[in-house]
Amino acid sequence: MIYADNAATTKMSDAAIDAMTDCMRNTYGNPSSLYEVGQRAKEVLEDARDEIIKAIGADNFREIIFTSGGSEADNQALRTAAEIGRAAGKMHIISSAFEHHAILHTLNKLEKEGFEVTYLDVHEDGLVRSEEVEAAIRPDTCLVTIMYANNEIGTIQPIREIGAICRAKGVLFHTDAVQAIGHIPVNVKDDNIDMLSASAHKFHGPKGTGFLYVRKGIKISNLIEGGAQERGKRAGTENVPGIRATAVALKDAIAHMEENDKIIRAKRDRLIAGLKEIPHSAINGDENKRLPGNVNFCFEGIEGESLLLLLDDKGIQASSGSACTSGSLDPSHVLLAIGRVHDVAHGSLRLSIDETISDEDVEYIINAVKEVVTYLRSFSPIWRDLVAGKKEFIL
Amino acid sequence: MALYSEKVMDHFRNPRNVGVIEDANGVGEVGNAKCGDIMKMYLKIENDIVEDVKFETFGCGSAIASSSMATEMIKGKPLSEVRELTNKAVAEALDGLPDYKMHCSVLAEEAIKSALEDYEKRKSENNS
Repeated sequence: MIYADNAATTKMSDAAIDAMTDCMRNTYGNPSSLYEVGQRAKEVLEDARDEIIKAIGADNFREIIFTSGGSEADNQALRTAAEIGRAAGKMHIISSAFEHHAILHTLNKLEKEGFEVTYLDVHEDGLVRSEEVEAAIRPDTCLVTIMYANNEIGTIQPIREIGAICRAKGVLFHTDAVQAIGHIPVNVKDDNIDMLSASAHKFHGPKGTGFLYVRKGIKISNLIEGGAQERGKRAGTENVPGIRATAVALKDAIAHMEENDKIIRAKRDRLIAGLKEIPHSAINGDENKRLPGNVNFCFEGIEGESLLLLLDDKGIQASSGSACTSGSLDPSHVLLAIGRVHDVAHGSLRLSIDETISDEDVEYIINAVKEVVTYLRSFSPIWRDLVAGKKEFIL
Repeated sequence: MALYSEKVMDHFRNPRNVGVIEDANGVGEVGNAKCGDIMKMYLKIENDIVEDVKFETFGCGSAIASSSMATEMIKGKPLSEVRELTNKAVAEALDGLPDYKMHCSVLAEEAIKSALEDYEKRKSENNS
């Protein structure tokens, strides 16, 4: 089996599993309890927070709120900015067309509550332009929220530049860094980030755990009421084992980032070169400004779900932005945002690899994809029309 | 639980009646405007019986399986029976489809209906 869907989720690292089970067995107390096993759990919790502060370049324990994951962190960040904006009479938000749905759906809700949202174009290369962010900022803008790296096509946004612009203009800047943290260097200070969302299961940590960074001095709104945990900003007994494993996984990911980056990038580039040999195919998103493990292609004349099922039969786990895999009949909003037409977006494939993939695996994937694409094209009426010249090739 | 029934996977992995009939006398192509899947059916009808049928499909696993199953259900059958084929019957023969994939079976029914229409049209043109 070749697992090539690390952007969906990652396998937990042994170190994270060990840390988690150790915590479950030995530090099972409630951090709010005054007796020893509770206080030890509190210590584990605060140590984890310290690790995370260091890992992202924050400086104060008050700046990290543990959440159930990236989606909750996104929701809380947007609510926080919206409350601050509303109080100041600033009801305009800037975002991009290809954010994660945790952002887009929350923005839709805020629009219904009277906020106005500008969705910036992400262009054919899948990159937001910092000058377009600057031009979109108005006196009533309360927030700019742009993802660090896109979850489907992996393109890395000019976060530092956008952050600097927002800082200079006095506008809050949030980034959904779920795909970036643990994979590329992220530093909230250097990047001028006011709020940042992260999710542990994207960097070999556990599912159901994440965190929100909120720069000191920003008044945080909470989504969940009911207790004094996280200084009253996120009620509910803390997921101590998950939080401990998150800190261990993140520390591990950052410690090995440089060496892993070299390994993964080389394999990614080989995958891209191999898949480019398939006629009438195209890479989605800028080829270089992308996450080290992300490969995303469109193949004309085929549909992505069939491709995934046949790759699964060959032991390869991947993902697609096809309408057929979405459950909603709509193709990926990300692929549409970079200008892929419906037919072409239908035939997309995302491979997201980690450092455990071997050179043999990479060659096996390339050959398998070539074989399956050729097979599916052999009885595709669209492909027949393209080859017969009844339809024009787009790719 | 798997996404699809074993029957769907069988018809998807080993689709029956795939391809083109060069001298087909009824051809129908339909598409789902929303999801983008396209299905093309080729019929060879003689003496009001579907002597041969082939299909081409651009679509997901259940679209391919639905086309394959539908062709099996009409091959060798008199037109009176073929006209009665419903998407429900196709889905049932596949041991069911997920709710959000039922439209794939609709596409199969429509592709056959469209091919039959083409056949009737050609027939009336030949007679006139």
